[in-house]
Amino acid sequence: MIKKGVGVLDNTEQQILAPRTKVERHSSMKNQLCRMKHRLWRMTVALASLLLTGVAAADELNLRVGVTDISRQVYDLHMIIFLICVAIGVLVFGVLFWSVFNHRKSRGAEAATFHDSTKLELAWTIVPTLILIVMAVPATQVLVAMYDTGGEDMSIEVRGYQWKWQYKYLDEDYNNTLSFFSVMSTPREEIYNQSVKGENYLLDVDEHLRIPTNRKVRFLITAEDVIHAWWVPDFGIKRDAVPGMLNELWTIVEEPGIYRGQCTELCGKDHGFMPIVVEVLPEAEFDAWYASQVSSELVRQESIGEAMTHEELMAQGDTVYGTYCASCHMANGEGVAPVFPAIAGSAVAMGPRDDHLKLVIDGVPGTAMQAFGRQLDPAQLAAVVHYQRHAFGNNAGDMSQPQDVINLSNGQ
Amino acid sequence: MSEVIHADHHDDHAHGPAKGLKRWLFTTNHKDIGTLYLWFSFAMFLVGGVLALVIRAELFQPGLQFVQPEFFNQMTTNHGLIMVFGAIMPAFVGLANWLIPMQVGAPDMALPRMNNLSFWILPFAFGMMISTLFMEGGGPNFGWTFYAPLSTTYAPPSVTYFIFAVHLMGASSIMGSINIIATILNMRAPGMTLMKMPMFVWTWLITAYLLIAVMPVLAGAVTMMLFDIHFDTSFFNAAGGGDPVMFQHIFWFFGHPEVYIMILPAFGIVSHIIPAFARKRLFGYTSMVYAVASIAFLSFIVWAHHMFTVGMPLAGQLFFMYSTMLIAVPTGVKVFNWIATMWRGSMTFETPMLFAIAFVVLFTMGGFSGLMLAITPVDYQYHDTYFVVAHFHYVLVPGALFSIIAAVYFWFPKWTGKMYDETLGKIHFWLSFVGVNVTFFPQHFSGLAGMPRRIPDYPLQFADFNMISSVGAFIFGLSQVFFLYVIIKAIRSGQPAADRSWEGAKGLEWTLPSPAPYHSFTHPPAVKDEEVLG
Repeated sequence: MIKKGVGVLDNTEQQILAPRTKVERHSSMKNQLCRMKHRLWRMTVALASLLLTGVAAADELNLRVGVTDISRQVYDLHMIIFLICVAIGVLVFGVLFWSVFNHRKSRGAEAATFHDSTKLELAWTIVPTLILIVMAVPATQVLVAMYDTGGEDMSIEVRGYQWKWQYKYLDEDYNNTLSFFSVMSTPREEIYNQSVKGENYLLDVDEHLRIPTNRKVRFLITAEDVIHAWWVPDFGIKRDAVPGMLNELWTIVEEPGIYRGQCTELCGKDHGFMPIVVEVLPEAEFDAWYASQVSSELVRQESIGEAMTHEELMAQGDTVYGTYCASCHMANGEGVAPVFPAIAGSAVAMGPRDDHLKLVIDGVPGTAMQAFGRQLDPAQLAAVVHYQRHAFGNNAGDMSQPQDVINLSNGQ
Repeated sequence: MSEVIHADHHDDHAHGPAKGLKRWLFTTNHKDIGTLYLWFSFAMFLVGGVLALVIRAELFQPGLQFVQPEFFNQMTTNHGLIMVFGAIMPAFVGLANWLIPMQVGAPDMALPRMNNLSFWILPFAFGMMISTLFMEGGGPNFGWTFYAPLSTTYAPPSVTYFIFAVHLMGASSIMGSINIIATILNMRAPGMTLMKMPMFVWTWLITAYLLIAVMPVLAGAVTMMLFDIHFDTSFFNAAGGGDPVMFQHIFWFFGHPEVYIMILPAFGIVSHIIPAFARKRLFGYTSMVYAVASIAFLSFIVWAHHMFTVGMPLAGQLFFMYSTMLIAVPTGVKVFNWIATMWRGSMTFETPMLFAIAFVVLFTMGGFSGLMLAITPVDYQYHDTYFVVAHFHYVLVPGALFSIIAAVYFWFPKWTGKMYDETLGKIHFWLSFVGVNVTFFPQHFSGLAGMPRRIPDYPLQFADFNMISSVGAFIFGLSQVFFLYVIIKAIRSGQPAADRSWEGAKGLEWTLPSPAPYHSFTHPPAVKDEEVLG
């Protein structure tokens, strides 16, 4: 289809480039008109080729076929409905334009006087109803297939936050230990046109969600703050992530690969910047990866309370700040008044350390400031607070250690 | 009743319209108020259009060039709100004011003082809503559908002004509807039975009932938001036992009939213009009336098709899929009837007819994409992508908006006694037609390819379609400025128009002089079938 489009484009371009000198030799009024018509025609061709360029350059013109049984069924259904609509459209518009060209006064058409016909009106009520029934049958079948939940091999909780996704492998053997955030990794320089945009512009994240091939994976979808929507077009699945509600989706992917999607429910400022990346691994590879992740996570959790130096805190704090804080409080700590307060020179960052820690752990109810105690571990919390108190020109001159966070949390 | 009208008429006969600004502030005349509504809606149309062009300028290329995401969200939100509540709806109310009394053979609207109030609320409502864009923290940024909790807990402080503005708009709409119903049911000329009413009157009667039914629902939704924000209730807050999804059910119980509020009067307009220029009576008048009534009824039982991805049980999904598909039947009947009206007519193609035919074709295309969206399993792929944006712009721009423009050209000679310049009108049509398609047709493709709506920046594979779309938007926007020029030129220096300004125009309004007298029918006219039915 795309290749054909390119071919057509080449021809039209040749037509545009080759001027019809024959036409230009004539000079009478009639031929001037003819030339104008010709110019108009060339402009039309140019516009059409502009449209075709868009068509040819796009990866896909149509819905993606996808890589799951469900996505293929959805694609087929889409094509059936689409082609029925095209057929009806050709018929109806054909009659309309035939009438427009033939029943015009300038051609001497005289108006008929008929103004109703019960038979005709019944026919064009009943026939469309029958066509709709024909459409409803496969639509119902596909929908029923999609609702075939249960019997899953593994479950993953997907939780939407402003503006990132959290994935938690629900695995009671390991106390649901493996959980991480997935944040867009497209650099700000690319967004602000200061550097060349990469191939996966706005579609790259720091941590992929990894799932195995050929296993039924169940996603439990919810949100922490506002409504988001989790969509992977190639799997043919999309569901809203609603705070306080647990929605269910499932998929079985046969082909290993990396599949990308985006949040599809307006969720505030960075709605356009919370992509979804799912990496499908062959089963054995996935199992090995999962085992290593779980064991290294267990090791990390044991060492969480250990004290860190100023440099270590600043280094980790810088990373955490960039991922979790900078989208609202800005990379320079200046914030966006009045919704997102500045950290640079703020009373909190210069005030008592424990108040600052508590604010980050518990958030500020009723505002966009989240309770990060539920998202970050004590080391990350201590590091980011320490960083905030010693960056952007702030100089609190104290230390925040993971143990302080643990003590504060236990004290509550 | 007729005695009262008679007395009024004696009073007013001596003095025509008041002079100066007072005429417009205190007017109770249906034509003056109609004019106010139409100019107001045009002003809002230009404001909403500028916001749309800010959106399209930002989306011209990938990356952030002109505006920041938080401002972009305010643009999409206010573009939607202003176009729906400020441009399309008041334009239809303006047309209703101008036309309904003339079409039913009445001197004026039934409730003239309320008519004045329902208009003059609007500038304040929109003044308040637009002022929020200049407040600290910005204006509404949660989409025109203002889903909770983004519009409650996470909203900018100005949301309270937005809520109050929506209340005012609702009050204005309800008063306008009561007035229209009272006029239609009480003030028809003797002999004009319900089934002899002009289609525009029929569609507005049904639309007015829809408005009265759903505007209080919207008022309820925003009041619950107000309570959640200021009085610590938890209607839509899951943490307090509320339900964000309930907001969507309430909103769309208002929202889907609202969509038809914006299209039913358009059906009425097109049902006048096509017979006039085909010089042939409207085909299937009775089934047209029943089709509009069926669409209005169905509009109340399809709302959750906007929420297929929200997580509903299978039975619910199936119900809303089937009921939504059913809408295609009465809508199809209307399209077939219009084509049958054209069939074996004696057609000419003046500007109103061009807009009306474009309406039939492009609205039907919006109908096809609507039918595709009704199919739940594939809607999962289309939902909240540019495919939806393309769909509803096809039904609202070459749908509702084209019908309004067609109506302005069609009845302009009756309103002003002057004829617009036909060549300029046709240029306006072709610019609009090309602009609208270049803008919105590529959005089908970007939607199918997976571009979510309401994003300020997009992955690279959507770049070409967005560029084409932006070019089209500027063509379309500038051609509406040209429309303003065509209209002003016609008001200033148009040729005098005949009383029956179009050869095939039928209806009581064409029996009046052009321009129509300040008080339409001071005595009830005779209702002849060949005049009111065509």
